[in-house]
Amino acid sequence: MRKLIIKAVSVWRPGKTKAVLFRLLPLILLLLVWQAGSRLATAGTLPSPLAVVSVIATEAWSGALFLNLFVTLARVAVSFALAMVLGTVLGVAMGRNKTIDRLCDPLLIVLLNLPALVVIVLAYIWIGLNEVAAIGAVALNKLPNTAVTLREGARALDKNLDEMARVFDLTFGKKLYHVVLPQLVPYLAAAMRSGLSLVWKIVLIVELLGRSNGVGFEIGIAFQLFDVTRLLAYALPFVGLMLAIETVLVQPFERHLSRWRPPHGA
Amino acid sequence: MELDVSIARKSLRTASGQTRIILHDVTFSLRQGEICALLGPSGCGKTTLLRIVSGLDVDFEGRIALPTRHKIGMVFQEPRLLPWRSVAQNLRLVGALSDIDLAEIVTALRLSRHLDHFPGELSLGLARRVAIARAFAVKPDLLLLDEPFVSLDADLAARLREELLALVLKRKATTLVVTHDVEEAIAIADRIIVLSAAPGRLIADRIIEAPRGALTEARIAKVKEAILSVIANAGS
Repeated sequence: MRKLIIKAVSVWRPGKTKAVLFRLLPLILLLLVWQAGSRLATAGTLPSPLAVVSVIATEAWSGALFLNLFVTLARVAVSFALAMVLGTVLGVAMGRNKTIDRLCDPLLIVLLNLPALVVIVLAYIWIGLNEVAAIGAVALNKLPNTAVTLREGARALDKNLDEMARVFDLTFGKKLYHVVLPQLVPYLAAAMRSGLSLVWKIVLIVELLGRSNGVGFEIGIAFQLFDVTRLLAYALPFVGLMLAIETVLVQPFERHLSRWRPPHGA
Repeated sequence: MELDVSIARKSLRTASGQTRIILHDVTFSLRQGEICALLGPSGCGKTTLLRIVSGLDVDFEGRIALPTRHKIGMVFQEPRLLPWRSVAQNLRLVGALSDIDLAEIVTALRLSRHLDHFPGELSLGLARRVAIARAFAVKPDLLLLDEPFVSLDADLAARLREELLALVLKRKATTLVVTHDVEEAIAIADRIIVLSAAPGRLIADRIIEAPRGALTEARIAKVKEAILSVIANAGS
């Protein structure tokens, strides 16, 4: 145990502590401003941080907070995965095949410029107020974005390596896994990063408009009651959760995939 | 494996819309296990010929006859390794390689210490070795080598040539090696095919009779002189 503590201390260099403190500084300042602001604000428009924490605690204790977070997270995960997979397939197909590119490009431009709200409302009207419509609408909002990014990736694929794969008669699966996908990693990572933040924002709107649970639904209720405390009590844990997913899952995953790159971009 | 090459014409459409002939009337056959050097000035279509034989380029008049079941091992001018896979992974990718086979190839090319390295960490000479090892990892019937010793210093090139030759002879693969260096061609091949400057035509096809390694300095000089005179005559 003692050894472990020593090890932990030695890993945690003073420089690191300083860096973390430096990053936390703006957040601490924000909290202070918030606290001060809540004293000055008219009743109900800006609750104090403590009031928000107490509502978070109540909601967490009853289980409602976790249930809503989980439901929203599940929608984010499914629609994100759907948009990534379909967008990647479409993007790569468009990048590799001129005919498919010509056929799909105008549709892609329309989709890219269609407001998220229009897609969501139409999905609810045409498919119904159900989970399929909700998730489909979110995925459809993210899909063109992924497709455009991956199309660039597919266009930039190395012809030399492609020829190598052909001469050595690699199977389709091997070629995909060892030759093509590693080249698409930077593009996939870019699509994922922008995708995750886009998807979780749209999921909240979808929930607000046509679902009866989730963080978006709760925020809608808070809006109807003009209950800012409740609004923040749901918004802040959710933002925290998404930030945690980004730092704990997405960034390490990216680092893992690009570990072959020599440092300093040689 | 036997190889019949019969190219009537290979042309390329340039950006300005003109047709440029790259290869013209190039016909030859290789016996099983023959090591043939393809010699010619730069730009004469040697690499194009290799690409046609490999099946990468199918836009030509003529035909390439290969046995229906064959394995091609190819070494491109650039190593063309997968930078995101280690040396060992690069070698295993192309064929189901037993540990013994892998060890044999790796030892012959002195790569044992580099198996866990990524291609980005290797010098050009080492990367070239890995590319050669990969060509042998498929247990090739036909070996296609595009300038395998170019831009290596003389000592390194000579050593690699010996190692490569030992592997080729052991494997008994039919081999086509592109080079622009007459001495290199004589050192490695038992047959030399010479192409003219663009558009490439076959201007000489010589079999070196003396067994490999038994060539005397005088004999090498004589073969070299003969080939150089062919090239000079074709140019005039």
